Amino acid sequence: MSRLWRASPLTYLALVLATVTSIFPIYWMFVVASRSSDAMGQLPPPVTPGGNLGANIARLFGNTDAYFLTGLINSTIVAGTVTVSVVLFSSLAGFAFAKLRFRGRNALLLVIIATMMVPTQLGVIPLYLLMTKLNWNDRLPAVIVPALVTGFGVFMMRQYAGQAVSDELIEAARVDGCGTARIWWNVVVPALRPAAAVLGLLTFMTTWNDFLWPYAVLNDPENPTVQLSLRALSDGYYQDMSQVFTGTALATLPLLLVFVLFGRQIIGGIMEGAVKA
Amino acid sequence: MTVQLDARPPVTPAPHRRRSPSVRLSRLDTRFSPYLYIAPFFLIFGVFGAYPLVYTFWVSLHDWDLLGSDHAFVGAENYTRLLADPDFWHAVVNTLGIFVISTVPQLLAALWLANLLNRRLRFRTGWRMAVLIPNVTSTAAVAIVFGVLFSREFGMVNWLLDVVGLDPVEWKSNRFASWVAISAMVDWRWTGYNALIFLAAMQAIPRDLYESAAIDGANRARQFWSITVPLLRPTIIFCVIISTIGGLQLFTEPRLFHSGTNPIRGGPLRESQTVTMYMFENAFAPHYNFGYGSAVAWLLFALIAVVAAVNVAIIRRLGGRTPGGRAAMGELP
Repeated sequence: MSRLWRASPLTYLALVLATVTSIFPIYWMFVVASRSSDAMGQLPPPVTPGGNLGANIARLFGNTDAYFLTGLINSTIVAGTVTVSVVLFSSLAGFAFAKLRFRGRNALLLVIIATMMVPTQLGVIPLYLLMTKLNWNDRLPAVIVPALVTGFGVFMMRQYAGQAVSDELIEAARVDGCGTARIWWNVVVPALRPAAAVLGLLTFMTTWNDFLWPYAVLNDPENPTVQLSLRALSDGYYQDMSQVFTGTALATLPLLLVFVLFGRQIIGGIMEGAVKA
Repeated sequence: MTVQLDARPPVTPAPHRRRSPSVRLSRLDTRFSPYLYIAPFFLIFGVFGAYPLVYTFWVSLHDWDLLGSDHAFVGAENYTRLLADPDFWHAVVNTLGIFVISTVPQLLAALWLANLLNRRLRFRTGWRMAVLIPNVTSTAAVAIVFGVLFSREFGMVNWLLDVVGLDPVEWKSNRFASWVAISAMVDWRWTGYNALIFLAAMQAIPRDLYESAAIDGANRARQFWSITVPLLRPTIIFCVIISTIGGLQLFTEPRLFHSGTNPIRGGPLRESQTVTMYMFENAFAPHYNFGYGSAVAWLLFALIAVVAAVNVAIIRRLGGRTPGGRAAMGELP
């Protein structure tokens, strides 16, 4: 690494500017969230936090249009369930594609790669009709079940399992009389753990953020995900901006926490995926 | 995006020397269990991903709304109506406009940022986290915040313009200005992400290429354009395709940029209504015209395919023939 170009002061200056640009909208969101509702009418706009965050949170949770607390709980349920499911099914399928021999393997893998390229969002109309038939409209299964598997997850786990799980170990387990299920559990799962963590984090964040499909299928204002609560706040006729921003800040906070704790792994996952994929 | 399909034979079961029932069981296991492991994906994706996508086409051939129970087959009528629908074309132009003015600067900025990050730096991880943080925030939250930053009277952007002596801009009711504001939002979110992808690819370039170029007297700028960029071409194509698929389906940002009455129209005169928003407006509240909405979905699908193909062609042409320049899509098996 010693041959990397040296960073000049200009490099740092540019990086500082990029960092400020990245962080400012998030920072400002928390500023407005901590101020009283007249902060929005002030010029120049305030850029330091105030002391109203607690009061704003109280008003937000008391807002009878947004159902913000329900939104937070629902989003936790949805994103949590989807994350567990995606990681589980992806590690199973990824293992099969990377390490087991079966007829049609390559063709089926291509199907999975193709699903990553297809804009499935365009299928929302029949999906909506399907949910109506299943009587899942306005209920959480409508947003959970379609997200239980992703092509991206399977592909990522397949790529990782290919290099992280040693064939010798699998062979040895077979000689010891292990079936494939036990091999998966005792050999593959431990080796996949780092990739599974990254996949879990990415899945959680994507699901937490999802907007279009919940917006289409969850029409009951009393049973929203947190992003739909934000929509209700933002579309309200009487806009109390410090309250809206308290909502956006609270909806972003779990993501920021995840990022601060696991940012290094997430970056590693994105960059490794870029080279391998 | 390159995918190496495994050529070497996977692990074959060791010969078993036990009695026949367990041998048979184990043979069944190795033969059929792989299908069991991949079945959940194909079942769930089949029902909730593939089937809806295909069925969209079927719905688009019918006069299909929320109330009527007889969905009359109308053939291509939805499509012919749509092709003559000025609001649809308006949305197509909006979508393409936003796509172009967001993607081009975004990928150039990402390339530049990656080049900065590819130096010997203090706080390496810190800078990388800093550029990625917009990508992990809630899209809806960001759209609302940017909607306020760009608001007419008390928005920070217009205030800054005023400070430097410029006239305020009608970010929401001027068509082009609203494209710029929405593009700013998209770029804020995705530039850092793409920069990390480019950075990963830059780090895979062998150092000795730069060394020999330096010996031949190429300065840094020359090295960047003659070595880095050509070798990044597969990655650039990958990013362009991903941006095309995502960018042409843009929905959350423009939808939440607007509030008040009928925000699904993207402003009073549909200033920034994208095609996905138009699909939504027709297929769901207030119209619930599933047939017409499905036709919009399929034409958008076609648009994505065409634009992606055109983009790949452009980038291949731009790069010419380069060492290692086998374009990424060509390597997809």
